[in-house]
Amino acid sequence: MKKEFKLMKGNEALAEAAIRAGCDAYFGYPITPQSEVLEYLSREAHNRTGMVVLQAESEIASINMVYGAAGTGKKVMTSSSSPGISLMQEGISYIACAELPCLIVNVSRGGPGLGTIQPAQSDYFQSVKGGGHGDYHLIVLAPSTVQEMSDFVEFSFELAFKYRNPVMILTDGALGQMMEKVELKPQVERFHEEFNWATTGRKNGNSRVITSLNLEAEKMEEINIHLQKKYEMITKNEIRFEAINCEDADYLIVAYGLVARICQKAADLAREKGIKAGVFRPITLFPYPYEELKNAAKNVKGILDVEMNAGQMIEDVRLAVGNELPVAFHGRMGGVVPSPEEILEKLEMKFLGGSNE
Amino acid sequence: MNEKKMTGDEHYETMIAEENICINENIVYDKPHDALYSTPMHYCPGCGHGVVHRLIAEVVEELGIIHDVIGVAPVGCSVLAYNYLNIDMSEAAHGRASAVATGIKRVLPDKYVFSYQGDGDLAAIGTGETIHTCNRGENILVIFINNGIYGMTGGQMAPTTLANMKSSTSPFGRDVQTMGYPLKITELVAQLPGTYYVTRQSVHKAVNVRKTKKAIMNGFLYQKENKGTCFIEVVSNCPSNWKMSPVESNKWLDENMLPFYPLGDIKIPSNSSKNNGE
Ligand code: SF4
Repeated sequence: MKKEFKLMKGNEALAEAAIRAGCDAYFGYPITPQSEVLEYLSREAHNRTGMVVLQAESEIASINMVYGAAGTGKKVMTSSSSPGISLMQEGISYIACAELPCLIVNVSRGGPGLGTIQPAQSDYFQSVKGGGHGDYHLIVLAPSTVQEMSDFVEFSFELAFKYRNPVMILTDGALGQMMEKVELKPQVERFHEEFNWATTGRKNGNSRVITSLNLEAEKMEEINIHLQKKYEMITKNEIRFEAINCEDADYLIVAYGLVARICQKAADLAREKGIKAGVFRPITLFPYPYEELKNAAKNVKGILDVEMNAGQMIEDVRLAVGNELPVAFHGRMGGVVPSPEEILEKLEMKFLGGSNE
Repeated sequence: MNEKKMTGDEHYETMIAEENICINENIVYDKPHDALYSTPMHYCPGCGHGVVHRLIAEVVEELGIIHDVIGVAPVGCSVLAYNYLNIDMSEAAHGRASAVATGIKRVLPDKYVFSYQGDGDLAAIGTGETIHTCNRGENILVIFINNGIYGMTGGQMAPTTLANMKSSTSPFGRDVQTMGYPLKITELVAQLPGTYYVTRQSVHKAVNVRKTKKAIMNGFLYQKENKGTCFIEVVSNCPSNWKMSPVESNKWLDENMLPFYPLGDIKIPSNSSKNNGE
């Protein structure tokens, strides 16, 4: 079959991928810098596949509509940006506990508060470590190209249904807004599978219930133990990462999402100067590639962790490599995107006795 | 005639002794066995919740929709409604039942979907969802139990608590100057073009129970027409937190709740013969 290419914005590529993945329903609320997802789907989806697209009255309503629809075993998603994701956290916690498959997209922007509409990675903690109340995890995928914005949609649904767990695509406003060439996947039929847990109307003698409630402490503990076992299983099976020029590297730059691409440029500049740098990019932020990073860092002299925040993922980098290895940090906040030059400068300064700040 | 006068109980026992009256032809009422589990309910004695649950079960059975109905249980006293109703159900976060029901109905438009919500859930924390669900005219049935108090958390003031009514957070009576007025959300949603059938009923007397059942029946039947949201308020009691006996609470409801929340249809579909309200 002939391949289909298109020049698209990240947000639109993601929306197009949702239609093609046979997504059944999208519930969302406008917020910059991700409104294109809602706009694109409002325009395209229903006519093409009959997909439900509904603009809700708030992010709170959106995520609870997702909860309701996901409980019927359909492929359901929402998208938002940082403050909107904060509003959704209660609902996400319910979804995680009720073990409903769904996709949540966070095209994040700088905070805290109303912050800015420029890109940031300051939602790492709230996406990767829980965010809402209780012990739970989302599977978190961090695309670094518009192509991955598109590819990860179908992959997310696969994972969501495989583990009955919400999946988050954690990206940022820059990837959402920038245009790149995308190879589009062929249209997948919307599925009409019946799941034995889904509330679609009682099938036999006993009803099915979607709930996250158990008033008996021991039973609630059992539910928690079950969830933790599932997260262990996910950790065992689903870690994804990319290691670029790490084999002979003296220095590793660790970064995810768009920042990893900027770091790749920085690493190239370093190699031009004779500094052997490589880039380690976690693709799944939960489960985090601790062992893989540890292995990649076995022979290096130091690690530079680069993020668009005050230093959040660096905690996981330190957990991965322990105390033996120096781990430095470079971060920009509030919507500022770091340049390859400043990253290289930081690398030299920290590890090669470059000029001090 | 020198027959000894018998007491009611004696008369009954004699009847049972003389002829076996416990036969099918003589049964005048039996509770639903399919849509209702036989588990004892946790509701306080005299509470209206159990009655409304039973009515839903009866209607679901009578309409033969047990395999096509999905309910949404709220946070509140009826949070465990799914332990009593043997139909597919989804729990919802506090206030979000109508959003959850929207999600279900949008992907399963041929199913019957209803939410069951208390006053705190529907008219305080979930007001936004309630109004927008009704305003979109979602084809769902909203059953709204209004007892003017937060039952589950122990009797705090609700949005529907009457003026001067005492609760644990309005211990001297609801002062409308500082605590706001009781909210007639049913009249409010009736104003919205998205609502199709809006009625207020009660279950404190047998005659009202029958009317409420009729209303619930209508609420489900109208869903087939796809014309908008059906909204049934049931003015109910909370003997425990009103600190009354069940009988006192029903009397109090009659004398205090109903003058402010009058029973009857507020909005009925034009050219419809189904309704039977006051
Ligand atoms: S607390 Fe009130 S509303 Fe709740 S079950 Fe008891 S009587 Fe009913």
